[in-house]
Amino acid sequence: MANVQEQIAQEIAGSDVVLFMKGTPQFPMCGFSSQVVQILDYLGVPFKGVNVLDDEGIRQGIKEFSNWPTIPQLYVKGEFVGGCDIVREMFQAGELAAHFKDNGVPVAEAANS
Amino acid sequence: MAMQASEIERLIREALPDAQVEIKDLAGDGDHYAAVVVSSAFKGKSRVQQHQIVYGALKGQMGGELHALALQTSAPE
Repeated sequence: MANVQEQIAQEIAGSDVVLFMKGTPQFPMCGFSSQVVQILDYLGVPFKGVNVLDDEGIRQGIKEFSNWPTIPQLYVKGEFVGGCDIVREMFQAGELAAHFKDNGVPVAEAANS
Repeated sequence: MAMQASEIERLIREALPDAQVEIKDLAGDGDHYAAVVVSSAFKGKSRVQQHQIVYGALKGQMGGELHALALQTSAPE
């Protein structure tokens, strides 16, 4: 069994877009996680949700890994993008869609404007 | 558990003496706040770094005693 930090690194390396969240993409258990899921769904970006409520080790470990005290946390191509506030701010400014495209992650046509 | 808005402001100012801090108690429960922080310390920093500076100022209270603090940070114009 790899240690928690390695486990997190593997999760992040395993998918282009990874969201550490409370609950699942289908059933978010926290308003902040839910907001980020809605934004990603709106952009039509496929992502892997990691439910930190299922694993206390990851729940604490991700905070150290990112040096970030709260959940949700969004990773794109291995890089920490931010939590709910930053994701929402970037989305509203159109920067989030640009960030995905710059990283080769396709964004739904409907979200282009 | 909850934190007073004045305590949040004090901690941020302690770490960032030049900061303009504006705090709103969103739900009136002393547990869900929004803060706008403007400081020259944010100049040239990414949003993630700016928020990390504020979280650092809060000395580990964020995510613990302080459940929700919606943050908006920027450097002065």
